[in-house]
Amino acid sequence: MKKLWKGNEAVAEAAVAAGCRCFFGYPITPQNEIPEYMSWRLKEVGGHFVQAESEVSAINMVYGAGGAGVRAMTSSSGPGISLKQEGISYIAGAEIPCVIADMMRAGPGLGGIQPSQSDYLQAVKGGGHGDYKVFVYAPASVQEAADLTFKAFDIADKYRNPVMVLGDGMLGQMMEPAEIPAAIDPATLPVKKWAACGHNGGKQRVLSSILMNPDDLEEHNRKLTRKYEQMAKEETAYEHYRTEDADIVLVAYGIVARICKAAVDMLRQAGIKAGLFRPITLFPFPYGQLVKLADGGVNKFISVELSCGQLIEDVKLGLYDSKNRPEVGIYARVGGNVMKPEDVADYVRKGKVSSSWIK
Amino acid sequence: MDQVVFRKPKLLNDTPMHYCPGCTHGIVHRLIAEALEELGEYDNVIGIAPVGCAVFAYNYFRCDMYEAAHGRAPSVATGVKRACEDSTVFVYQGDGDLASIGMAEIVHAATRGENFTVIFINNGIYGMTGGQMAPTTLPGQKTTTSQQGRDPKEHGNPIKVCELLSTLTGPAYIARTTVTDVKSVRATREAIKRGFTMQKQKRGFSLIEILSTCPTNFHLSPLDSMKYIDEVAVKAYPLGVYKDIGLIGEEKKQ
Repeated sequence: MKKLWKGNEAVAEAAVAAGCRCFFGYPITPQNEIPEYMSWRLKEVGGHFVQAESEVSAINMVYGAGGAGVRAMTSSSGPGISLKQEGISYIAGAEIPCVIADMMRAGPGLGGIQPSQSDYLQAVKGGGHGDYKVFVYAPASVQEAADLTFKAFDIADKYRNPVMVLGDGMLGQMMEPAEIPAAIDPATLPVKKWAACGHNGGKQRVLSSILMNPDDLEEHNRKLTRKYEQMAKEETAYEHYRTEDADIVLVAYGIVARICKAAVDMLRQAGIKAGLFRPITLFPFPYGQLVKLADGGVNKFISVELSCGQLIEDVKLGLYDSKNRPEVGIYARVGGNVMKPEDVADYVRKGKVSSSWIK
Repeated sequence: MDQVVFRKPKLLNDTPMHYCPGCTHGIVHRLIAEALEELGEYDNVIGIAPVGCAVFAYNYFRCDMYEAAHGRAPSVATGVKRACEDSTVFVYQGDGDLASIGMAEIVHAATRGENFTVIFINNGIYGMTGGQMAPTTLPGQKTTTSQQGRDPKEHGNPIKVCELLSTLTGPAYIARTTVTDVKSVRATREAIKRGFTMQKQKRGFSLIEILSTCPTNFHLSPLDSMKYIDEVAVKAYPLGVYKDIGLIGEEKKQ
């Protein structure tokens, strides 16, 4: 049944429905409703909530609980996600499944608390030290935030890898009708034989990311890369909106994609063949779809983002493999400002394409 | 009839340790394993290894183990203990790991009264990275980053962990020991056993600080390192029980 849900609370309840039984958090705006919700909700299902002394500590609690085989989660926003990066690197290295929600706010530094997409590159390119990738989902509605958070736990377990649900202050704070996926009983999930949870029957299990022999570490990196390549093959998700006959395609994710849909409709009404391409997984990024669009005749791509030219890097990277050389531009608002559909439509109508968001 | 009077504890692997000659890590590893075995705990033990010389502790203990990031072992243990409430969890940390980079994690684990046992190896120096100044390095002590000796005016003062943590309400048992002779080795085993018993009785956080040697970076022989602990280190870090809320079924402690 659909109910009116606040984005952050929908993420929290979807996690509980997915069998998340350990949550470790720390207050930071605009994600506070997630730990607040978990602090009472997990008790009802026999789970555990700990308010950690820092984001650094919270992510390491996730390392412990996730390593013991329990579906575990943490959430934060920009500055807090930066603090978690050390732990995320260790989690990726030790191949421990977990889910991290990042409700982005504007930066750099302490920045502001208004919606932003300024953590894009940090989220999709690894974020911490060493070679690793985090699987990243970018929901565009409260319903999708719930659905993708639920799915994030399956992906995390399947690949033994951290999965990030990358939202923003708007998605976290707004309310929409949504249906939380049907709850599963975590006891019905497959047993994680690798989990270090005691009662090991004499067969020791070690969760570690230290490999001092270069050949061993190279082999470990090879294994991780194979995993990331498998994710790209099997899990890449995206949405096309009116791109079939489009000349101009807007590329946007998350809440910005919603704004762009309205802009596309406006442009279509004015006789401009515009479309929207929305990556739903940001890592793995659906590069192949951009190539198809460019090979199919789209001659202009506009990255529409709440960051100073981050998404555009992946748009350009994807188009490198196209036979054609379409124009690539950017339209961005940052600092916590959010564009209106009219702003995007106006930018497209003017026809000028710049690869710098300030020009 | 032949009789076994001494053997490797069940929780230790039969493998050579990588520790330097005269280092006390090996003794403490053995005491942990002996204490757990005496309590009948070996099937459901989970250990958290630190960053530092004991980073490979999982090669020596047979139980399930985690390798934690530098200083974060108490947080990892907090997560493990939530996920596996019935398991016996030990955290093994050195002074750089626990009292420098991981100070927030240990203080908050202690004040939450987390129900696990911390074995704190205090040798006053960074061993693995090559003898740099630790938060517990004594005034006047020469290290590679305090080459004229630690000057409190320049480098600050050493931190006394047992004294600091025993001011908190959360901990159940906090003690400082050495392993420099038979008597102190036995006392340390009893202290570790008491820590694990606190955990089994769900009494809360326990920490046993063991003043330890690092002959390589002390630039002393193994024997002189022991002498240094007994004659110098114990003056700065007095031995004893700093907190003990008593075990269930025991006469109330004063």
